Amino acid sequence: MAAVEVRELTRTFGELVAVDHLTLDVRQGEIFAFLGPNGSGKTTTIRMLCGIITPTSGQGRVLGFDVATQSEFIKARIGYMSQRFALYEDLTVRENLNFYAGLYQVAGGRRAQRVRELIAMAGLTGHERQLAGHLSGGWKQRLALGCAIVHQPPLLFLDEPTAGVDPVSRRSFWTLIYGLARGGVTIFLTTHYIDEAEHADRVALMLNGRMVALAPPRELRETGLSGTLLEVECEPAVDALEFLPTVAGVREVTLYGTLLHVLVEDHFSADALAAALRAKGIAVTSVREIKPSLEDVFVSRIRSSI
Amino acid sequence: MIARVWSIVLKEFIQIRRDRRTLAIVLLLPVMQLTLFGYAINTTVDHIATVVLDQARDAQSRGFLSTFFNTGYFDLVGQVGSIEQVRQAIDAGTARVGIVLPPEFSRDLVAGRAPRAQMVVDGSDPNTAQTALLVAGTLSQRSAARQAIDLRPIVLYNPSMQSINFMIPGLLGLIMQFQTLLLTAFAVVRERERGTLEQLVVTPVKPWELMLGKILPYVTVAFANVLFASAIGHFWFGVEFAGSFALLLVLAAVFVLSSLGLGLLVSTVSQTQTQAMQLALFVMLPSIILSGFVFARESMPHPIRELGLLIPLTYFLQILRGIILKGVGVEVLWPEVLALAAFGVIVFGLSANRFRKTLD
Repeated sequence: MAAVEVRELTRTFGELVAVDHLTLDVRQGEIFAFLGPNGSGKTTTIRMLCGIITPTSGQGRVLGFDVATQSEFIKARIGYMSQRFALYEDLTVRENLNFYAGLYQVAGGRRAQRVRELIAMAGLTGHERQLAGHLSGGWKQRLALGCAIVHQPPLLFLDEPTAGVDPVSRRSFWTLIYGLARGGVTIFLTTHYIDEAEHADRVALMLNGRMVALAPPRELRETGLSGTLLEVECEPAVDALEFLPTVAGVREVTLYGTLLHVLVEDHFSADALAAALRAKGIAVTSVREIKPSLEDVFVSRIRSSI
Repeated sequence: MIARVWSIVLKEFIQIRRDRRTLAIVLLLPVMQLTLFGYAINTTVDHIATVVLDQARDAQSRGFLSTFFNTGYFDLVGQVGSIEQVRQAIDAGTARVGIVLPPEFSRDLVAGRAPRAQMVVDGSDPNTAQTALLVAGTLSQRSAARQAIDLRPIVLYNPSMQSINFMIPGLLGLIMQFQTLLLTAFAVVRERERGTLEQLVVTPVKPWELMLGKILPYVTVAFANVLFASAIGHFWFGVEFAGSFALLLVLAAVFVLSSLGLGLLVSTVSQTQTQAMQLALFVMLPSIILSGFVFARESMPHPIRELGLLIPLTYFLQILRGIILKGVGVEVLWPEVLALAAFGVIVFGLSANRFRKTLD
């Protein structure tokens, strides 16, 4: 049985179609990432799967329970961490954990032990009596994770878990996530950080409520683009950005800082591109073939679906 | 189930303790209301500043004046020499009443004729004027026709006619209404505003567990304050409780239910704490004015008076005054109790119905 099964799931808000006939399966024990820009329907999907937003049409099953009719069964068995780290800022670290342990009915005897475990896991030992509101972003995030898994759920939903958190904290957060995944927990997360999606076993690219790609990150990088990707260093880059799309054989041009990523048809060589640029009076420093990153694929997919 | 409710109760208590605004509502509001309404709103008028123009100046006139001032309703602030000076004293506000005894006052009194005396009253404060006229009327009747009418009024329920006796029962109701409404209004909306509600609705907590857990701490607080206010009313302001205090507490629970329901309703329809605050005030103001807390409902014009029937405090005030002042029980108060219970059930049902565990 898949941890999450979604069939033609749709949710509209008035005229807006937030999630548009989404179909996917999340396997048990995998880290599944939903990658997409803001407003692409990631959060709405997660909220539907957690049973806090009713689908307009379609089906969703989470751990075998129907999202529309059995949401209370789902809620007892999943962990959920929202974008805003919904901690009680006027409660201490320990009080927050105790509160959620009570709500999830972690038995009295087990509770103290479990709370201690989570405090250690979050690296908050010694800070048990500190108010959650006084913690830094990374600590809040790890405490919120602790609250979400206090009842040891087999499936964990993370909605933009690392938004607004410094890189070092993101690292240690991912170490925790890997640890949970190794322990058999299925992780379903949303992110708009492309590099973060690389950590996942599989990535779904979301755009305007539709899934435009679904594959392991490596596969997406390797097969997600049709053509060859060239990295071009030239001066002035802006002129090249305007000129290159008019050249036959060039599919897409994207500016990355001072560099251009140019997607060309496979027969089109680096030398031919350099020659074309020089003929236009643009000084070319280098043109070389590169492996596409997830970002290249993502940008290309977004372009082609607009 | 009980464990979940208990977790929420515990959490709310910790939050009450840590949030300065909530703590102020819990601890300071009742004290403030007791002080303000107990002292400032005093409709009992005494110690009225009075000037005297005594043109008789003899034993009889002095005797009359001393009876007059011995009532305690009037304070002598000065003797004046002419009727103009009486006017001036009242114009300047140094006196509210002037007594003028003519030279023939004692002669008439001794001769058995009704002596004439004049009382000049500042009518700008009708309350003062009325008291002055009433006392003067009674006195002159007594001293002028000693043998004639022996009218002894008996005042029921509030024999000393102290407004504090009328005010304290009302205050109990008002404090309960203020606290429960304000605190519960904030209770849910605060979680919505801070984003913790989203986290709560993905837990297996049931809506009624959440509502109960949120309400219980405030019920406790409200009852603690009723006990506190009753104690102050009794021991400090000297209000006697004529009826059953136990019955009062039971019926207070019915009232609290309706007030909490109202608060929850405010909380579920508001998106921010500011909105909740405004809505709560919108409910509270009519409660104070229309319920009969300060102004007698009997003197309100008709549509306004009926509007008061939509306010739970109106019924509760009748219950409170009935029990505390008249000492009556359910056999008399049952229509009010029924109205209150019906109100509570409706409002509570509405708010529980409005609160869904979804973010749709």
